[in-house]
Amino acid sequence: MRVAVSFAGVVKRFGAFIALDGISLDIGAGEFFGLLGPNGAGKTTLISCLAGLARPDEGRITVLGHDVERDYRTARRLLGIVPQELVFDPFFSVRETLRIQSAYFGLRRNDDWIDEILHHLDLSDKADTNMRRLSGGMKRRVLVAQALVHRPPVIVLDEPTAGVDVELRQGLWRFIRRLNEDGHTIILTTHYLEEAETLCGRIALMKRGRILALDSTANLLARFSGHALVLKLAAGQSLPALLQPYCRAVRGDEVELALERLDALEGVLATLRQAGVGVADLRLQPPDLEDVFMRIVGLPEATP
Amino acid sequence: MSGHGSGFAALFQKELLRFWRVAFQTVAAPVLTALLYLLIFSHVLEADRRIHGVPYTAFLVPGLVMMAVLQNAFANSSSSLIQAKVTGSIIFVLLPPISHAAFFWAFVAAAALRGLVVGLGVWLVTLPFVQVWPAQPLWALLFALLGGACLGAVGVIAGIWAEKFDQLAAFQNFLVLPLTMLSGVFYSIHSLPPFWQAVSHYNPVFYMIDGFRHGCFGVSDVAPLQSLAVLAASFAALALLTLSLLKRGWKLRT
Ligand SMILES: Nc1ncnc2c1ncn2[C@@H]1O[C@H](COP(=O)(O)OP(=O)(O)OP(=O)(O)O)[C@@H](O)[C@H]1O
Ligand SMILES: [Mg+2]
Repeated sequence: MRVAVSFAGVVKRFGAFIALDGISLDIGAGEFFGLLGPNGAGKTTLISCLAGLARPDEGRITVLGHDVERDYRTARRLLGIVPQELVFDPFFSVRETLRIQSAYFGLRRNDDWIDEILHHLDLSDKADTNMRRLSGGMKRRVLVAQALVHRPPVIVLDEPTAGVDVELRQGLWRFIRRLNEDGHTIILTTHYLEEAETLCGRIALMKRGRILALDSTANLLARFSGHALVLKLAAGQSLPALLQPYCRAVRGDEVELALERLDALEGVLATLRQAGVGVADLRLQPPDLEDVFMRIVGLPEATP
Repeated sequence: MSGHGSGFAALFQKELLRFWRVAFQTVAAPVLTALLYLLIFSHVLEADRRIHGVPYTAFLVPGLVMMAVLQNAFANSSSSLIQAKVTGSIIFVLLPPISHAAFFWAFVAAAALRGLVVGLGVWLVTLPFVQVWPAQPLWALLFALLGGACLGAVGVIAGIWAEKFDQLAAFQNFLVLPLTMLSGVFYSIHSLPPFWQAVSHYNPVFYMIDGFRHGCFGVSDVAPLQSLAVLAASFAALALLTLSLLKRGWKLRT
């Protein structure tokens, strides 16, 4: 695997507070990688260290082999960063903003690519509008466009879809997916877990500056989630004691059982029959990332 | 230093565009202020007073021009940086591969240029009232450029240091304004008591104005070469300091 981004033992402190507690992680070229975790986990801080906006206290970060501190100019050329904060320069129009950003990367005649980005992000008719006159979702899309002007091989999106409506979110993902298919490495943070589940091939789950889980999306789902069996018991009946250990949640007259494997279903039904408990309704839920997330992030703190 | 693709040209152009877009505030307003100074001071002070053999109103013009150059150079870099920091748009220049040197020179050059534009404006509007034709225009231009560059660099430091607009205002009101006002804009230091004359010689801004005045009248309080040496040394010191701060990412990169 050719490594696109490598974090090796990255520690970042703010005073006494440890925001990144020794992050080591390699992301391969061409991956669609998800960085998930609750608020304050350290996702943005990690991205800031990668982008050179923050300086790690320990450890080393490289982009396609280029150290982000010693070889910062090459590293930054290889990176496109969509920041989490909605920022803009109120002096300029959308097109001017993109032209200026291109020029910072040494690109003087970039209008063809700028037009293409504007088209894919559905901003063509706003090209000559001043940044101040855009809606929040439009400003967010301009941030995406700004990150792409220099066609960076590694694209980092820090919650790019916050505040973007459903239709445009689909459009944005089509575009990012296409970039990924063309060989760009994508690193994404998002709080929309369905998004991460459908897009990301591999996921790191962070909490309090550490990586709690790192695996392919499929493996994470299989390892930590499994299917859930939702049962609606006949009126007045309760779950047999034998099945209590598998109970994950009770919602009104529904109980949710965890099934590690699908063939455990037969055993559950047999137990219910033997206990004489009637079932009014039943359905199977496929594994989902939210479930994995809750389970891993909800784990008690591991003591170092 | 600022070779091809370092980002200098792009950042410089963007900085020019920024102040030119709001030229009414950044150029017209300071020109008007300087004109008011000229009218008030020349009216209040007796008309037949002469300094260095020059009528007072004429003596005032180079001081006002240079004050405009210096204050606007400072305002340009400092306000651009604080604004970008407060709104967060500073990341647009922190993410690209712009070298420290290119960053420094772009802000300083744009600041000096804004200073020159405003200074030129001040000179033009004073022409109907009092005609000062520079005796040695190249000296005048050199001092205006170097002075603007110095204050542009001070503006870069102040803009990076300040976290809020009022901190920047304090920097301007308690440092930049007194240094320019007390540097002989409105008087020749020979008219001061000996103690204050001596103090003035420690104020680099004094040499900027005195050197510029030499360019205008061919006479000055100190020799122009001495002023030039002081300015060149001041700018070199400011440049080295600013570059090392930028290299360290002081207050810009956490
Ligand atoms: N400049 C800073 N100074 C002090 N503490 C900071 C700074 N930046 C971040 N932190 C702290 O570091 C921790 C991680 O913050 P970070 O922004 O990386 O979280 P995140 O995972 O991106 O969260 P979110 O999902 O809310 O965006 C938080 O506790 C935050 O308060
Ligand atoms: Mg964040």
